Amino acid sequence: MEYEVVIGLEVHLHLNTKTKAFCGCKAEFGKEPNTQVCPVCLGFPGSLPVFNKTVLDYAIKAALALNCKVQEYTKFDRKNYFYPDLPKNYQISQYDLPLSKEGFLDIDLDGKNKRIGITRVHMEEDAGKLIHREKVSLVDFNRTGIPLLEIVSDPHLNSPQEAYEYLSTLKSTIQYLDVSDCDMEKGSLRCDANISLRKAGEKELGRKTELKNMNSFKAVKGALSFEIQRQEGLLDEGKNIVQETRLWDPGAQETAPMRAKEGAQDYRYFPEPDLPPLIISKEKIEEIRKTIPELPKQKFLRFIKDYGLSAYDAKILVASKKGADFAEECMREYRGSDKKMIVNWLIGPVSSEANAKNCAISDLKVAAKDLIELVGFIEKDEISNLSAKVVLTEMINSGLPALKIMKENNLIQISDAKALNAIIEEVIKENEKSVNDFKSGKEAALMFLVGQAMKKSAGKANPKTVKKMIKGRLANA
Amino acid sequence: MELYKLTAHELIKKLKNKETSAQEILSSLTIRIKEIDSKVNGYVRRSKENMDSPLVRSENDSHSGTVPISVKDNICTEGLNTECCSKILGGFNPPYDATVIKKLKEAGMPIFGLKTNMDEFAFGSSTENSSFGPTHNPWNLECVPGGSSGGSAAVVSADEAIWALGSDTGGSIRQPAAFCGVVGLKPTYGRVSRYGLIAFASSLDQIGPITKDVEDCALLMNIISGYDPNDSTSSDTDVPDYAKALVNDVKGIKIGIPKEYFVQGLDPEVKSIIEEAINKLKTLGASSKEVSLPHTQYAVPVYYIIATAEASSNLARFDGVQYGFRSGGLTLIEMYKKTRQEGFGEEAKRRIILGAFSLSHGYYDAYYLRALKVRTLIKQDFDAVFKDFDCIITPTSPTAAFKIGEKVADPLKMYLSDIYTISVNLAGLPAVSIPCGFTKKGLPVGLQILAKPFNEEMLFRVAHTYEENSEWHKMKPKV
Repeated sequence: MEYEVVIGLEVHLHLNTKTKAFCGCKAEFGKEPNTQVCPVCLGFPGSLPVFNKTVLDYAIKAALALNCKVQEYTKFDRKNYFYPDLPKNYQISQYDLPLSKEGFLDIDLDGKNKRIGITRVHMEEDAGKLIHREKVSLVDFNRTGIPLLEIVSDPHLNSPQEAYEYLSTLKSTIQYLDVSDCDMEKGSLRCDANISLRKAGEKELGRKTELKNMNSFKAVKGALSFEIQRQEGLLDEGKNIVQETRLWDPGAQETAPMRAKEGAQDYRYFPEPDLPPLIISKEKIEEIRKTIPELPKQKFLRFIKDYGLSAYDAKILVASKKGADFAEECMREYRGSDKKMIVNWLIGPVSSEANAKNCAISDLKVAAKDLIELVGFIEKDEISNLSAKVVLTEMINSGLPALKIMKENNLIQISDAKALNAIIEEVIKENEKSVNDFKSGKEAALMFLVGQAMKKSAGKANPKTVKKMIKGRLANA
Repeated sequence: MELYKLTAHELIKKLKNKETSAQEILSSLTIRIKEIDSKVNGYVRRSKENMDSPLVRSENDSHSGTVPISVKDNICTEGLNTECCSKILGGFNPPYDATVIKKLKEAGMPIFGLKTNMDEFAFGSSTENSSFGPTHNPWNLECVPGGSSGGSAAVVSADEAIWALGSDTGGSIRQPAAFCGVVGLKPTYGRVSRYGLIAFASSLDQIGPITKDVEDCALLMNIISGYDPNDSTSSDTDVPDYAKALVNDVKGIKIGIPKEYFVQGLDPEVKSIIEEAINKLKTLGASSKEVSLPHTQYAVPVYYIIATAEASSNLARFDGVQYGFRSGGLTLIEMYKKTRQEGFGEEAKRRIILGAFSLSHGYYDAYYLRALKVRTLIKQDFDAVFKDFDCIITPTSPTAAFKIGEKVADPLKMYLSDIYTISVNLAGLPAVSIPCGFTKKGLPVGLQILAKPFNEEMLFRVAHTYEENSEWHKMKPKV
């Protein structure tokens, strides 16, 4: 049976404000447990929340970047449930009047654009972290009260790959705004998924499962792929899908149902009486809109247009804002005739070095002008591609400019015909057999001769020049 | 000299004239408390707090010209247990002061080392729902002092305190003030910071003074009022000098008398005492006219939906995890259940269940949402009256103090004793209860004066004028 896959994602982002959403505690990651707490975020009796207005500014910025309609009247609500990581046993969240709704995010699928609807973007507070030991469970309240943005997509995603693309685009979009680190490892980006299958062409949605505990984009993809197979299997056998929450087990590479709760959760939402509603002026919204930089999708299209990049190359270069700015400086300032060279270097060796260091290409210690200089040498045949890669690594390690490294390591390529002539004469003299082989039509013999010349020059000869010269010399002989 | 009998402003004068010292006042109070509090039970005595331990905590005890204040057990005092008279908060010693306590300390005022008794979490109108036993009305020890700030009202009435702080969610300051023959004021919602007041119903709660006369009430309001950045619902409206409102003049003041408050259920004796008081004000130059507050009949149900809904959420944090009482249990859920089963009293459980029910899926629209809408209508009733009138006068309670145990078995009857005070909280208005007479059985009756939001000055003006022309506030119970 052919099925259509329907996926909706619910993403939670930590907003990177200095302090928590409703108290003055620092919101830093990785501190000693329970050192960033106060009576308010610990939910002590008598304490009251005070809204951190920066949270609103950041949230509006994100909502606008996701093309949402920011509401002029919004409020906080209490979501009531008991859990030891939630000190008040209710979470301050937003229910029926969220900050914003009806947005979208455009994603690129192999050069084709797809628009994914955003149902809503709202603000809430994070809970603490439970640490389970053998006989006890401990609670770290440092995370309690850190501002979260919840971004709910419409069920517009139809494959694990689309979900992956959506998450990547969302992540880079938010990172461009500098309102969240979006680091899944640190828990500053978390993602839950709703997935259901329906017979191709059918209008009504099938029964869905909710997937949790996915700690990377890859895990999201893996969990969704597993779930598709599992649901397909059940539907093919004519069985029903049980509507439930399932946890991804990265070890077993499968999802399993979460332990069932007693009855259905009723969060008993009601307006938070400790916080007055928020009135957001049109002026404020417009002011914040002005601070939104060019977003990855626009940059992607502009790079293709302005620098003649392929969609593939452009997507890699716009992934981070810093990286894209660096790449653009390189492409703009490169004075060589072959612009493609600098692009290839950015996508190739430079990106590889950055990936190895898990940073953006702009975070390598290489200035744009130094990279431009290095690639210029390559284009002018003053260094071989191979040597240039060695020089690049050294530039990153030492921070020195290319020319200095090339000189110190004697890596400047010999392209000068006079200097190469003697070497070539020697090689021809010493390899009579190969010379004859070539003359009798064995092309491979030429490469052997070039190799010999390279060896004699200790790798410094320009192989292209050598090849041309040997070919010419033997043709005349 | 029996210093404990004096008002705060009398003592402040004596302190200024060096006729007495803070220490003398304290000793006088201590003797008084030792003498009679075993009968009144207005103060909470936890195992570690007895009469011989230091009574007063203040950063600035040496400050002269100030007199100690007694504080209800639901207002956080740093280093001094604050348990809302509930087993579930047993041993809770707040690491911070409520904003009002901070302000009092900054004014040099010593905080009395014993907290006053109350209905558990302020749930009640009689101070019978306390884990420390009921408080007795100093005017008749068989009667309740009202509630939930019954402890604060009783100790002020019995001269066991010079003045006190209470909290008022549906009448919890005014009704006990009326029952005990003292002055009790519920400020406009937002006038006094709620930070550090252990919440019952966040949209209704206010801290306020319980004092021996109107002047003390104004002095205390001058200290505790004002915007607090730690309470987002506090107002930044300017705080006037309330002492300046203490004038003996009600000429031209227009009083509205809501007809819905003078109906069946109002004790005829109370009714005639109130009417007499209104007549007194009229002879002093005020005028009165019957007005209508048409949605009055909905106030009690609306209040019990909104207040219990908020309470069910506010009290969720008492789960045995971080502080207070914790019962055993092999699993988390078992620990939660046993802690709350054993830690909360009957009335607390009743209200938590009521509140959780009205917020539940499928019931929210019919109960909570509708209650919010009717609350707006109730507020609009008052807005309309205040367009033409300076204040509204009503009885504080339909009856004088009732017998201990009389209404315990009938929660509905108990809830109805707040019928005249509840609307004020729903509308966020300021209101004061002042003594205005006694029943034949010798129990005090309270007169309630209401004004527009942030017009406490009107309350002080009318109340002070009445007081200047009557002797009720000077009557003392014989305990």
